[in-house]
Amino acid sequence: MSLLEATGLTLRYDDALVLDDLSFQVDEGEVIALLGPSGCGKTSILRVLAGLEAAEAGQVRFDGALIDHVASHKRGFGFMFQEFALFPHLNVEQNLEFGLRMSGGAKHSRRERVAELLELVGLAGYNERQVHQLSGGERQRVALARSLAPSPKLLMLDEPMGALDRGLRDALLLELREILTSLGQTSIYVTHDQDEAFSLADRVLIMEAGHIRQSGTPESIFAQPADAFVARFIGLGNLIEAELNADATGTISARTEIGTFHLPADAATETTRGTATLLLGDERASLESTATAPERSGGNSFTATVLQRSFRGRRLTFRVETGAHEFLFDVDTRPEHQSLGTGDQVRVRLDPSYIRVLR
Amino acid sequence: MHSPRSGLSSTLLRRGIVLLPVAFLGVFFVYPLLQILVESLTSDGVSFAPFRDIFGEDFFLERIWFTLWQATASTALTLILGLPSAYIFARYDFPGKTLIKALTTVPFVLPTIVVAFGFLALIGPNGILPFNLTNSIWIILLAHVFYNYTIVVRTVSALWANVDPRTEEAARMLGAGPWQVFWRVTFPQIRPAVLAASMLVFLFTFTSFGVILILGGPEFATIEVTIYNLTARLFRLPLAAALSLVQLIFTFAFMVLYARFQERSAVPLSFLPRSAGARRPRGRREWALITANFAVVMVVVLAPLLALVERSFSSANGGYTLSHYGGLETGDAGRVFFISLSDSLKNSLWFAGTTMLLAVPIGTIIAFALARSHGRWRTLADGLFMLPLGASAITLAFGILITLDEPPINIRASWTVLVVAHTLIAYPFVVRSVLAVVRGIDAQLREAASMLGASPIRVFRYVDLPITWRAILVGATFAFAISLGEFGASLLLTRPEFSTLPVAIFRYIGQPGAERLGAALAMSTVLMAVSAVGFLLIERVRYRDVGEF
Repeated sequence: MSLLEATGLTLRYDDALVLDDLSFQVDEGEVIALLGPSGCGKTSILRVLAGLEAAEAGQVRFDGALIDHVASHKRGFGFMFQEFALFPHLNVEQNLEFGLRMSGGAKHSRRERVAELLELVGLAGYNERQVHQLSGGERQRVALARSLAPSPKLLMLDEPMGALDRGLRDALLLELREILTSLGQTSIYVTHDQDEAFSLADRVLIMEAGHIRQSGTPESIFAQPADAFVARFIGLGNLIEAELNADATGTISARTEIGTFHLPADAATETTRGTATLLLGDERASLESTATAPERSGGNSFTATVLQRSFRGRRLTFRVETGAHEFLFDVDTRPEHQSLGTGDQVRVRLDPSYIRVLR
Repeated sequence: MHSPRSGLSSTLLRRGIVLLPVAFLGVFFVYPLLQILVESLTSDGVSFAPFRDIFGEDFFLERIWFTLWQATASTALTLILGLPSAYIFARYDFPGKTLIKALTTVPFVLPTIVVAFGFLALIGPNGILPFNLTNSIWIILLAHVFYNYTIVVRTVSALWANVDPRTEEAARMLGAGPWQVFWRVTFPQIRPAVLAASMLVFLFTFTSFGVILILGGPEFATIEVTIYNLTARLFRLPLAAALSLVQLIFTFAFMVLYARFQERSAVPLSFLPRSAGARRPRGRREWALITANFAVVMVVVLAPLLALVERSFSSANGGYTLSHYGGLETGDAGRVFFISLSDSLKNSLWFAGTTMLLAVPIGTIIAFALARSHGRWRTLADGLFMLPLGASAITLAFGILITLDEPPINIRASWTVLVVAHTLIAYPFVVRSVLAVVRGIDAQLREAASMLGASPIRVFRYVDLPITWRAILVGATFAFAISLGEFGASLLLTRPEFSTLPVAIFRYIGQPGAERLGAALAMSTVLMAVSAVGFLLIERVRYRDVGEF
């Protein structure tokens, strides 16, 4: 049995459905990420779990017991807010102590715990600092330490990196991952940033419009996005409609407007016949100029026009057009690729093992 | 968003606590107002006779007209002087800024009677300046500017400091000239504060009493003064009641407008940089501007007060003397209703202390209730709870006078009647001081505390209270200072044995003789000194610049 079980959560704000009969579980010690575009309802889930908001329908069980009617301050959960919500009238130590005081901890044990947590987040000796003297990154660490101080049974983090700039975010993300796994802290992390979700979580729940579209490990989601929405959301936008047909050997042929692709049998998990969306993965893809390369027919390739070329250091990104379709290909910097420019006619070759059939 | 499950009992508790101020207002404000309505309609059977008298007689129409135009003129003059100062306080850092800004709080804690005598000492008969402006509109307008300059400066500069200077720079880069930048970029951003301040100034000058009674002479009587005369001198209560109602309709409309503008000009606490866009002045022109502003503050705020002190020590032959103070304690034998300085000071401090103890809980509870209210009721509730602020001291006292002199509540002869009146006048200031801070508290702070295990009561105890206590203290000091200087209601309700300082001062000029004016000036100086203590307290504990006054 899972530590946390949410079933059938439904929530409405003024007629707008924010959570639509949504269910999921979290196991003990697991770090899960709720990933989705803004307004998809991910923060509302946290607020319902925290008891800060009441769901219209649905149940939340924690450790087997229903907690819907338990007041938020009695749930024993931790919550890290997007803007941190540090108490401006208290210093760092008093902020960290707050939860311990509420649970009635003795003075010396509180002090020990505060020192331990400041050590953990790399802010030892910051006890007397005022909140307004802290930098953004320091505030984030204090907020994390504060929510961890009472040893919450479940920690919820609501876009905790949202207020920080990119460089700081990447550094803190690794540290956060380290801290959460070393403590074995059951956590739910809400974000709209796929890098954050994938690098932090054991399991990612991708949300859209009050529904969970896909749930799985970062690797499995990336390898097999459930549908076109998920694929696009995690940055895999090379999609095209296809007509599928499987032959006797199991090989799938997918006919599209830009040509026919021959896929191995394991490319599709469910559908092997009928219409489907094809994801053209750019792993091991290559582009060659039709002017210099001899015309070679063969499957799993198509011709296109380069619309844009951008240099990214170790990679080159090409935006190409064929018919009514546009695709992005992120490829290596071999000389053949470097010599390509805007307006060139190219033949794009794909590795069929990276072509996926989506629901 | 509704927060669930914080416990039924705490919700009931919260509602129960809100009932306390509601009950107080019901008994001592709403009930008397209804009595005023009854009184005005049933003087001679059920009729509209008093209203016919008011709208049929030129005398009353002239009073209403005068009240409106002097309030308009006072507001305009205050804006002309106040807006440049607001700009300077918002945009520049310069030596002495804190001190000058602190000085602008002085008028708020000064009793009207002190200000009136200050202007008499400055530009009255035997004033320091060689011209006598008594019984002219100018002395009234100047006294009004003295009082309200602060409202404009504080309200507008708080929002102005928050206007991102980069929006102005962006406009300049897009080709706007300085004047266009002001009209198209800056002014739209500070407009709510300008409107709110104007509304409040208008409201205060619309119901001006002490200044007009003492400085205005017979031809310059506002509605407020006329109600007083009808009640205390002519005993025409139905007419007074009808006029009170007319005034109340005006002031309620202004209150609702004010509440609306004010809410829009509120700045969230977390976004209040101490002086985000402020910088040191550069070049001769900017320094000249700041010096001129300093001079205006000096002239407007300090000159009448210094004149008051100087005149209270000067003798008829041009030298200095303590004789004006000498008679304050002993008085002259046989004078009717004489009350010694120490007795009236004792009365004043007692009333002020008791008023504070009542007004602080009432105002604080209302502020918290208003901060939590949502939707369309919010503006209405805000306006209703603020109504006593606009109802005018004379109307409040008049209502109490005709209501609370018979069972079920007969406190007419007791000292508590003054405390009740003072509390009604003072608590809106507590609300205003506290409300701005409570509204500025990020809702996430309360949620964070709750997630850390704090029950609703402990959230209040450990989050709301520590953040608001300074504002509550400021409100308490205002309540104290307002009761100390309250004049109109005290004059109408007082009995000789519980005369306060302002009433005792007024008694002196009710009687002939130059030494009477001297004594009034001396006693005003004492009152000013007592009030200054309140001012120092406020400046000590004020939480940054939050709060409206």
